[in-house]
Amino acid sequence: MPAEILGLYNYWIVIVLMMAGLYVVIASHNLVKKIVGLNIFQTSVFILYISMGEVEGGTAPILAEGIPRYANPLPHVLILTAIVVGVATTALGLALVVRIHQAYNSVEEDEIEKAEDSQP
Amino acid sequence: MIDIVLLSFLAVIALAIVRLRDLFAVVMLTGFYSLLSAALFVVLDAVDVAFTEAAVGAGIATILMLGTLGRIAGEPREHRERPWLPMLVVLITGGALLYGTLDMPHYGDPNAPVNLHVVPRYIEDSLAEIGVPNIVTSVLASYRGYDTLGETTVILTAAIGVMGLLQGRRRKTPGSKAPPASSNKRPRRASGVTGMLGNTMQHHLILHVIAKLLVPFILLFALYVQFHGDFGPGGGFQAGVIFAAGFILYGLIFGVNDAGLVASPATVRLLIAAGLLLYAGVGVATMLLGGQFLDYSVLSTEPIKGQHLGIMLIEFGVGTTVAATMVRLFYLFSR
Repeated sequence: MPAEILGLYNYWIVIVLMMAGLYVVIASHNLVKKIVGLNIFQTSVFILYISMGEVEGGTAPILAEGIPRYANPLPHVLILTAIVVGVATTALGLALVVRIHQAYNSVEEDEIEKAEDSQP
Repeated sequence: MIDIVLLSFLAVIALAIVRLRDLFAVVMLTGFYSLLSAALFVVLDAVDVAFTEAAVGAGIATILMLGTLGRIAGEPREHRERPWLPMLVVLITGGALLYGTLDMPHYGDPNAPVNLHVVPRYIEDSLAEIGVPNIVTSVLASYRGYDTLGETTVILTAAIGVMGLLQGRRRKTPGSKAPPASSNKRPRRASGVTGMLGNTMQHHLILHVIAKLLVPFILLFALYVQFHGDFGPGGGFQAGVIFAAGFILYGLIFGVNDAGLVASPATVRLLIAAGLLLYAGVGVATMLLGGQFLDYSVLSTEPIKGQHLGIMLIEFGVGTTVAATMVRLFYLFSR
């Protein structure tokens, strides 16, 4: 049983992080906090991929003499680019929040909806 | 063992972020969360990923969020109500996912399906085919060169989007005299990161001295990561974000105006496109030389030398686009 727990511990934490992010995205009314929630969700996916690529007794995938086993390089490539794309899209989300604040003077969903309803 | 401790800390921080309502604290914890996950990536042998996450998550993303908070100053606390329905949704989804993990191959299993397809070829043949010891670089730049070109394009697209949203409507169309929106009437105050942290930072002697000492080394390290990425951990994405982080540190402490004198927003904007153009240009050059798009082998008489040249050029293009995009984003969010 301990082997079972240790073997799946990474994935369970990933699920906890993912659900924490999802909860923030659904439950919070604040647009900035929603983006923070998306970021937590995103990082949990990164950890999922990198955990799957780890190989017992392996090392970083840089070829050298006398190393029997390497970690899987493919998830590293995918996640490396995803992180940089992720910050660019986060910036896009934050820019939208700034513009929404300029238009409605609020970043709280309920207040924005109220302002929408009161407009003709 | 270390990874278990780090993972547990990550879960604790994520739950703290969920509970906290003070947005400033939430953003700072997010930076800490990213730094911890970067440490975790080192333990999991993903050194290239760790570089990027440390520079992006703990540095640039946190600065951008602080910049946003500075611009929406006023009420940095969130409202919340009826959290039970979301909680139910999250618990059911989480339970289903948890059930799904029971069939997953265990952590570190060398015979997991993910390690058996394509990857043995990368590990066994990449040195002969590409001639680059860092497998991550050869997969990123050569085997999956199309994919990376696409990712770089997404970064350019996101930068264009942010510029379109935040650059303001300075162009006055003659004839249309719309009354200025109420938000434009407000007296212009220092806003963004520099506004939030106060311009007082420009007078902190200790910060000045430390930054002057650190910035050259950070920039030098970024260049090392850029051009040594074939042999050690590194490459265009990592170098780009590290270079940008060093530059942003300068901008934070000496003021955005001083940073603008070093690299004007217009120059930076050109560089974003120039990097991607270099990348795609290498692809076109290989086609003109009779190869396929992004097949670097035709760039030189020996295929391995051609691969090396091609990878160096496109990594330089990626680094330019990434660094310029991050600096441009910093300028936009700190105005």
